[in-house]
Amino acid sequence: MEWETVIGLEIHTQLATKSKIFSGASTAYGAAANTQACAVDLGLPGVLPVLNSEAVRMAVKFGLAVGAHIAPRSVFARKNYFYPDLPKGYQISQYELPVVEKGTVSIELEDGTGKIIGVTRAHLEEDAGKSLHEDFHGMTGIDLNRAGTPLLEIVSEPDMRSAVEAVAYMKKIHTLVRYLEISDGNMQEGSFRCDANVSIRPAGETKLGTRTELKNINSFRFVERAINYEVERQIDVLESGGKVVQETRLYDANKNETRPMRSKEEAMDYRYFPDPDLLPVEILPDDIDAIRTSLPELPDARRDRFLKDYGLSTYDAGVLTASREMADYFEAVVNASGEAKLVANWVTGDLSGFLNKDNREVSDSPVSADMLAGMIQRIKDNTISGKIAKEVFEAMWNGEGSADDIIEKRGLKQITDTGAIETEIDRVIAENPQQVEQFRAGKEKLLGFFVGQVMKATQGKANPAQLNELLKKKLSG
Amino acid sequence: MHTMSIVELAAGLHQGEFSSEELTRSLLARIKNLDPQLNSLVTLAEEQAIDQARNADQRLAGGDATTLTGIPVIQKDIFCTQGVKTSCGSRMLDNFISPYDATVVEKLNQAGSVMLGKANMDEFAMGSSNETSFYGPVKNPWNPETVPGGSSGGSAAAVAARFAPFATGTDTGGSIRQPTALCGITGLKPTYGRVSRYGMIAFASSLDQAGPMTRSAEDAAIVLGAMAGFDVRDSTSIDKPVPDYRANLNDDIRGLRVGLPKQYFTEGLDSGVGDRIADAIDVYKKLGVEFVDIDLPNTHLAVPVYYVVAPAECSSNLSRFDGVRFGYRCENPKDLEDLYKRSRGEGFGAEVQRRIMIGTYALSAGYYDAYYLKSQQIRRLIRDDFVRAFEKVDVIMSPTSPTVAFKLGEKTADPVSMYLSDIDTIAVNLAGLPGMSIPAGFAHDLPVGLQIIGNYFDEARLLNVAHMYQLETDWHNRIPAGFE
Repeated sequence: MEWETVIGLEIHTQLATKSKIFSGASTAYGAAANTQACAVDLGLPGVLPVLNSEAVRMAVKFGLAVGAHIAPRSVFARKNYFYPDLPKGYQISQYELPVVEKGTVSIELEDGTGKIIGVTRAHLEEDAGKSLHEDFHGMTGIDLNRAGTPLLEIVSEPDMRSAVEAVAYMKKIHTLVRYLEISDGNMQEGSFRCDANVSIRPAGETKLGTRTELKNINSFRFVERAINYEVERQIDVLESGGKVVQETRLYDANKNETRPMRSKEEAMDYRYFPDPDLLPVEILPDDIDAIRTSLPELPDARRDRFLKDYGLSTYDAGVLTASREMADYFEAVVNASGEAKLVANWVTGDLSGFLNKDNREVSDSPVSADMLAGMIQRIKDNTISGKIAKEVFEAMWNGEGSADDIIEKRGLKQITDTGAIETEIDRVIAENPQQVEQFRAGKEKLLGFFVGQVMKATQGKANPAQLNELLKKKLSG
Repeated sequence: MHTMSIVELAAGLHQGEFSSEELTRSLLARIKNLDPQLNSLVTLAEEQAIDQARNADQRLAGGDATTLTGIPVIQKDIFCTQGVKTSCGSRMLDNFISPYDATVVEKLNQAGSVMLGKANMDEFAMGSSNETSFYGPVKNPWNPETVPGGSSGGSAAAVAARFAPFATGTDTGGSIRQPTALCGITGLKPTYGRVSRYGMIAFASSLDQAGPMTRSAEDAAIVLGAMAGFDVRDSTSIDKPVPDYRANLNDDIRGLRVGLPKQYFTEGLDSGVGDRIADAIDVYKKLGVEFVDIDLPNTHLAVPVYYVVAPAECSSNLSRFDGVRFGYRCENPKDLEDLYKRSRGEGFGAEVQRRIMIGTYALSAGYYDAYYLKSQQIRRLIRDDFVRAFEKVDVIMSPTSPTVAFKLGEKTADPVSMYLSDIDTIAVNLAGLPGMSIPAGFAHDLPVGLQIIGNYFDEARLLNVAHMYQLETDWHNRIPAGFE
């Protein structure tokens, strides 16, 4: 039987506020355990939460970016359950009335097709602390630094039909939150993680199958693997005559498998009710307008502009706008060099290659936008060829200075002196009479041989266009 | 000195007739001598009190004193006090010393008052007789065989026994007004949001409100002025200027329209109590007040609604007491579940556990709509009853409690009859209105309280109405035998 996969994602993104969502404690990552937890975060008797308005602003930004409805009135609710790293015995979240509802994002797939994915809702909530199971001699340590960190939970419609689409959607949301500067999107530090709801149904069926929820997946690669594993598992279950059980499953990246955490029967009753310590959040149309005007250019708009203004290919425009930093870098080089296509090639080619190899972000590239622009100019004014530029780029990457410094120091300046090139051509022609004869007899492919010989003699510095022209003239003469 | 009001004590301190240290030492000695009969305090903060008194004396000498500088206070043990145990009447917090001060405590400290100690109370403020305290019941100074009321029973008994000129209380369903009435003192529950809840251990967040417990309306005006005000740390506190509550105390109340809700004068009302309320109405009539019968048709729903809303909120509020970070932890827990179950099972008393269970049930999937949601809807109806009434009248009067103080142990076996002792006070909390209780004489040799309910933020008028009565009567100056 042919099966259709149905996927919905719940993405938790940590908002980049300086302080926590309901207290003044810092949200900085990596501090010594429990040094960034104040009385409110510890849930001491008598303390009360006070909403950080910056978190609300960020949620609204996201809502506007996905064309969603911003609730004029949203309500915080308590989600009650006991866990040692949940200090109050409840998590403050939003339940019936979230701040953001009914948006959409578009995803592009590698085969060039696109798709619209619905965003059901996005709501604000606080993160819990961390339980530490190592180094405590059979006991559990609790670190409450993370408790109270603001999260935006973004819930999609079950609109995705493959793991690949799910990854594309997750990447798009990741791009968006970073464009909006509402999250650093750091997946290693847990600032961006997701749960996936996965079900299958016979192709053509419109009713949804029984779903399982895969918990806490913190990389794009794992999302794809976890979903693919789970789809296979569900197909096996159904095809062997079984039934998929509605349950929460944990993805184990080491074993690449999902395994049950708790079933529907064991599902907790969270006893949600509106938090009486917090007033409903009222957002006025004027506030929404002010936030709307402060929005940066969003990835889709920027991609379209790159296509139009710079004449880039759809692929290049997509790659260059996938992260705001990359797009900013590209535009800085373009502005400083006056070139676009050439810059696009360098940024998507060598620069991206080196960044990947050294596992760096463009924001800490050793080759700054100015440096790359400097090199591009030397290509443009024929000081160096594209081939020599690769050597220059690598040297810049390794910290040897600007393009001009490297060209000077290494003597890479292109030979554009016609006389000097002619001297070399004459020598090569003299040394290879046989090839000259063949060429003149019509074996034009041999032009490449002569170019190679001259380039070898000039250590690649001969201007290729000039060389070609002169060679043709001399050989045919 | 112990019989003097705040106004009189402040005058004495400002004129240098006695020092705050002398006053403080004499009251501390009085408490040590007499409180064993009452059990109204759970902690005496002797050293800190002497320090605070000395600082107050310096402020008085330096000329930057307020009316409350050097005036002793007893804080209900529900308010977090930095460095002094805050037990909330529970074994759960028997070992808890707060690292911070509640806003109410901070404000009274800033005014220069001197904290003598912490008052006994029903465990987590859940009770109407002060019999649920881990530290044992408080006795009513008017008759030690009767209860002082609850949950602010320690505060009420201490003020009635003249251990301090004022105490703080909190009122979720009557916990200031009912013990105030049963102990023959003056107490005020402000409008919800008037006083910060920060640092006040939460029972039912949408109902809890702190207020003053004093001997007179004039003193209550002074204390409320110091306690009230917006607090950025409490999102439910209201950003509205605090008036000078003493300014209008002596305003003429001729022509004042007072509503008498028929639902508060029914067969459940003790006839002795009813007689005293009738007497009080006569006093007011002589002052030119007009009485109007009013209808609050949803009054009968107040107690059932309260016993859904308050337990629901408390079941969540008390989840933080889990034996993990502070408070009571059971011995040798086997595993996490055992830690939770035994810490909470051993740390909480029976009434607290009962309410957590009721509240957990009311919020459960499948029951939420029928109980919690429905209660919130009825709560709105109850509030609307009052809003309509205040279109016709300026204040509402009723008995504070349908009976005088009952015997210790009389209602402990029957929670519902205990819950009904708050029948006259609960609707006010559900509506978020201010309410007062003032002494209006005696029935069965025990004090009777007159409740005065005002419109939102109309505390100044309540105090004015109460003060005018107290100029005509001396019930508020009566002292229980043995505590003269």
